[in-house]
This record gives sequence, structure tokens and C-alpha cells, in this order.
Amino acid sequence: MVPRLKIFQCVSGRSIFRTLELDLRLLGMIGAFVVICLVFNIATDGRFLTPRNLFNLSVQTASVAVMATGMVFVIVTRHIDLSVGSMLGFIGMTVAFLQVQILPDIFGFGHSAIWIIATLAAILMGACLGAAQGWIIGYLTVPAFIVTLGGFLVYRGAMWWVTKGQTQAPLDDRFRLMGGGAEGTLGETLSWGLGGCAAVAAVLLILNSRRRKIGHGFKVKPVWAEGILAAMTAGIIIGFVWIMNSYPVPDGAMRRIMTAQGLEWNGDIAWNHGVAIPVVILIVVTIAMTILASRTRFGRYVYATGGNPEATKLSGINTRLLTVKVFALMGALTGISAVIASARLNAVDVGLGTLDELRVIAAAVIGGTALSGGFGTIYGAVIGALIMQTLISGMASVGVDAPLQSIAVGLVLVLAVWIDIVYRRKTGVS
Amino acid sequence: MVNHPEPPLVELNDISISFGGIKAVDHVCVDLYPGEVVGLLGHNGAGKSTLIKCLSGAYQMDSGEIRINGDKVNIQTPRDARAYNIETIYQTLALADNLDAASNLFLGREITTTAGFVDDVTMEVETRKIMARLNPNFQNFTSPVSALSGGQRQSVAIARAVYFNARILIMDEPTAALGPQETRMVADLIQELKCQGLGIFLIDHDVHQVKALCDRAAVMKNGTLVGCVDVDAVSTDDILAMIIAGKKPGKKPGHVAV
Ligand SMILES: Nc1ncnc2c1ncn2[C@@H]1O[C@H](COP(=O)(O)OP(=O)(O)O)[C@@H](O)[C@H]1O
Ligand SMILES: [Mg+2]
Repeated sequence: MVPRLKIFQCVSGRSIFRTLELDLRLLGMIGAFVVICLVFNIATDGRFLTPRNLFNLSVQTASVAVMATGMVFVIVTRHIDLSVGSMLGFIGMTVAFLQVQILPDIFGFGHSAIWIIATLAAILMGACLGAAQGWIIGYLTVPAFIVTLGGFLVYRGAMWWVTKGQTQAPLDDRFRLMGGGAEGTLGETLSWGLGGCAAVAAVLLILNSRRRKIGHGFKVKPVWAEGILAAMTAGIIIGFVWIMNSYPVPDGAMRRIMTAQGLEWNGDIAWNHGVAIPVVILIVVTIAMTILASRTRFGRYVYATGGNPEATKLSGINTRLLTVKVFALMGALTGISAVIASARLNAVDVGLGTLDELRVIAAAVIGGTALSGGFGTIYGAVIGALIMQTLISGMASVGVDAPLQSIAVGLVLVLAVWIDIVYRRKTGVS
Repeated sequence: MVNHPEPPLVELNDISISFGGIKAVDHVCVDLYPGEVVGLLGHNGAGKSTLIKCLSGAYQMDSGEIRINGDKVNIQTPRDARAYNIETIYQTLALADNLDAASNLFLGREITTTAGFVDDVTMEVETRKIMARLNPNFQNFTSPVSALSGGQRQSVAIARAVYFNARILIMDEPTAALGPQETRMVADLIQELKCQGLGIFLIDHDVHQVKALCDRAAVMKNGTLVGCVDVDAVSTDDILAMIIAGKKPGKKPGHVAV
């Protein structure tokens, strides 16, 4: 009896550490984000932490962050996707061409079917391109690095062929809402409503999961840890909405919106932006991908494959088909990002998406995804994307030249991965 | 042991498989009856693991046939093998190191909620139940299995094979990573499962253990079957001679069928 008790104690001491581990990582990344923001805020005499800047930051992060959630699955299964930037450009150009040259002739200019067809086409196209790459990787066993390097070149070339290099603009009005901007937001009331619901739902989820674990007599986090987690989650949601709701719509945009609704505007009404639609898309994608990763068989197999591909095969899982699915999902998310990126710019030129693959991979890696496979979280990748965008925007607002920005982001990437390696070694998670 | 009224649980007939010219398994015939433990012995590289991997669906044999309860079956994938209630403890354990014990135990056969999501809580409850039976010392249900000791990892692999009501159990060196006490626990488990009527293929290097646990011992050398003997009819030295010299004791050379 005595030796067994001893084992139990030593194990429970470790598992408390593990319980906090997840939160430590999350706290660490949020901490890094806050520190970076504060540094830039000081360097710019308070011009960085303004609702306007944070709104822009959230919109600029969306496209890369959406793809980064998919890149987590790709990297967790020990693959890589170098093609996402070019694929984004190819898809963006194709759907821009569709809505500028083809669809208006069929439905009439400004018809509401245009944005729906363009969006679905983008997602479908991405899924098909991704599935094709995944099939070559999974079934023909060509390494992902080579296949997607090929894709990187092919899509960039194909993008040019769609319009012979011609820039496509302007895009459909409703389509453009998915890129953010003064019109492309939820507006104040809806933002508050959604934020409130989200905060309540998050706290209920945490409580429910805790109740379920206690019901089975499992060890749960200490109350203070759970409390901090719940309060922090709700606080971040409400705080974010509050900031987005503090950014007033500028006069010019106000006049434009009112005129579009056939009203006169003489400065008597003031609106705030609220949460941008691309950010709403990002949040929906993040939640869906998190559920996929942690609550479905597919997600379980993705992580199992990363941990031990041989064992996963021996467990009766078709890892080849899984590879196809992972790359198809990556492609579909790239399609969503293509919509966001092209809608934001309201134009697609042949440079769209250039270097995005590296930003996406860096975001996933900064967020704690291990290139050796098996480890990585969706929220980590999103925060990774946010941290990187913050660095880039922050340096731009401080007046750092583009070459220096590159150098800084490169160094941060290496530093982040090194910290992650040290952290993993310290906590004993391989 | 000669008179079995019912057909064998498993018949491996004339199994051959080669890898790039190397005949890893060369026309091997072995069978297994319900409630019987058949030991597979031989030097490293003799082809024991490869042979049982043909039965577990990990490899596709080049020629030969597998019969279960007398019926010819076609096992192409591990999933096919599982459908015939064949469970395997691989020599490498085949665990996903980054997942916890429950996720490994149920890998490929997750318990899901009515909404179709994986039910981690129920799976952990089930894992705790089977571990309480197999290895009461096992308490670490939240760490990835990479953080576990060799014996604990072995327990997870064994639990996975036992949990799903196997009829045919393949154990490829199940005690290789274990200390004496844990080895005894595995021996007890084999006895218990045998009494429940399972047929067990046991690959083991310990001739004494094979003699104690098995009904018959099949010896392989260089991919071929040296012979299959009733362990009570031979001495450990006889078995060792078969492994080392590749000759069957007291029988006409060349006569290897059971
Ligand atoms: N996947 C494989 N590819 C190539 N050769 C293999 C493979 N699996 C087994 N072999 C070869 O088959 C022979 C038998 O190996 P194995 O069945 O592992 O032996 P044992 O389990 O008896 O020690 C060895 O020569 C080994 O190198
Ligand atoms: Mg072996």
C-alpha cells in the first residue's frame, strides 16, 4: 500500500504542473504580445495602442491567421505547405476575374449572387488544389516540401495566365465587406451582442467541462487557475469588443455610408466600427478548427500521425487519405484567406499573397507548432500571427525601414522557436 | 493436443513474404487453437515479427493463405484484422508518443458522443477501469505516453489489445521492456486469457518462459519454419537446439508439418 501511495503522490505533483502547462504557454504568448504592444506604444508616444490602430491590426492579421490554423494541421502531420501564398494569389485572381468579368454579365452588375458564388468558388478551388497536392504527397509519396514548392511556382504562374497579368478591380460591393473597412464591420450593437454571448458561452463551457470532470472523480485545475482562465477569457472578449467599439467611423466614410442608404449626413450621428467582418470570419474559423483538432476523430488522427505515423497506420487509420484531407483543408482555408485579402485591397494584382507562405509558417511556429510533428495548437497559431503582424505594423509605425523589419521578424522567429524548445525540455514534453 | 474436434482458430498456410529479394518469411505454416498459446521462437531476424504482421494486417503476404475457423480470409489492412477480433501487441508497441494513454488505447476506435465528437472523459474512465485490472500501479492518465516508463508504455499497449474482446491475440515480445514483477503479471494475464478461450501467439526469447506458458512452440530460422513442437514433449535444450542449429529433435529431417 505504501509504495503505491508514494507513486500516486509523485504522479499527482507532476500532473498539476501539466494542468498549468497549457495556461502557462497561453499566458506566455499573451504576455509577449502585451509587451510588444507596450514597447511600440512608448516608442510612438501613445499612437500604437489606439482603437484605430488595433482595429487595423486585427484586420491585417485575419488573412494570415486563418491560413495559420490550417498550417498547424499540416505541420503537426510532419508536412509543410510552401504553396499557400501563391495559391492565395491564384484563387484571389480567379475569383476577382469571375466577379469583374464573368458574373456581372450573367446576373447583372451588383447582384447578390455574385459575392456568394465568388466566395464558394474560392473555397472550393482551394480545397481542390489542396486535395490534389495532398494526393500526390499521400498516395504518390512525393515529399510535401517538393510538391508544395512546385505548387508555389505553378500557382504564381497560373495566376498570371488568368488575366495575362492584368489587375482586377473594383470588386463586388458585398464581397468587399469581407475585407473589413468602415462598412465591413458588425457595427456597435451587434458587436456588443455577440461579444456578450461569446463571453457567457466561454465561461459556461469552462464550468461545464469542470463539472463533468468532477462528476467522474477526475483531477481538475485548482479553483483559482480555473477562475483566472474564465475571467481572462471573458475579459479578453469584452475588452476586445469594447476597443473595436471605440473606433469612430471617420467623416468621409460616414457620409459615404449615409449616401449609399439615400440619407443626408451632416455630422449629427456618430458611429463606431465594431468588430470587423474578417475578424469575425477568423474567430469562426478558429473555433471550428479548435473543435476539429480536439473533439473529432479527424483531429485525433492528425495528432496521432504526427506523433507516430507507423502506429497510426497500425491502428487501422488510412493516413494517406488523412494527408489528402489535411491539405484539402489547408487549401479551403487559403480560399477563405484569398477572399479576405482580395476584398480588403479591393483589387487583385499579380503580387497578391507574395511571401504569405512564410508568414503563415512563421505564425504557426511562433505559436508553438513543432516542425518535428505531433505538437501544435490552433490558438497558438492565431496568436503567433497576431504577434508577427504586431511586430510588422509596429515597426512600420515607428518608422523602421522594410529591410530592417525583415531582419527583426526573422530574428524573432528563431528566438521564439528557441524559447519553445527550452520550454518543452523544461516541462518534459519531448 | 492431437485431437481437436473443431477447426483451428487460425491457420497460416504456406505464408511467404520477401523484401527486395530477402525472403523474410518463406513458406511457413503454423496454426492456433482456441485456448492455446503458441510460442514463436528464433533468432533476431528470423522472421517472427514479419510473419505475425501478415496476420495483423500490417504487411500483405506475397503468397499463402490465412484461415480463421476454417474459412479463408483476406486481411489487407490492420482494420481487416481488427474486424476478425485479431489484436496485436507490436514489438515497437506502436504508440503515438504525443497522446495520452486513453487516446492511444482507443486510437482508431474512439468512443464518440451522440453528436459524433470524441468522448475523452468516457475513454479515460474506461482506461482507468482496464488499467486497474491489468496494472494497478498505473496512475498517469494525463501525460503523453512519452513521459511514461517502459513498463507503463507496455501496459498501455497490452491494455489496447485486451480491451476490445480479442479472440486472437498476438504478443510480439511483450515482456522485453519489463522487470521481473511486471513480467509475472503478463504471464498471469496470458494464463487468464487462455482460460477464457483466446488463442495467443507469443513471441518470446526466453525459452523457459515459453515452456512454462505455451502449449506448442514454433521455431523459425532465416524465414523458414524449423518445426513446431509440443512443449511438454521436449526439453528446453531441445528447443534451444532448434533455434541454434535449426534442426528438429528426434524426428526425420524435413518432416516439419504438425
Ligand atoms: N519493412 C521491411 N523492409 C525490409 N526488410 C524487412 C522489413 N521487415 C522485416 N524485414 C526483414 O525481414 C527479416 C525478418 O525480420 P523480423 O520479422 O523483424 O525478424 P524477428 O522478428 O524474427 O526478429 C529481417 O531480415 C528484416 O531485415
Ligand atoms: Mg521481431
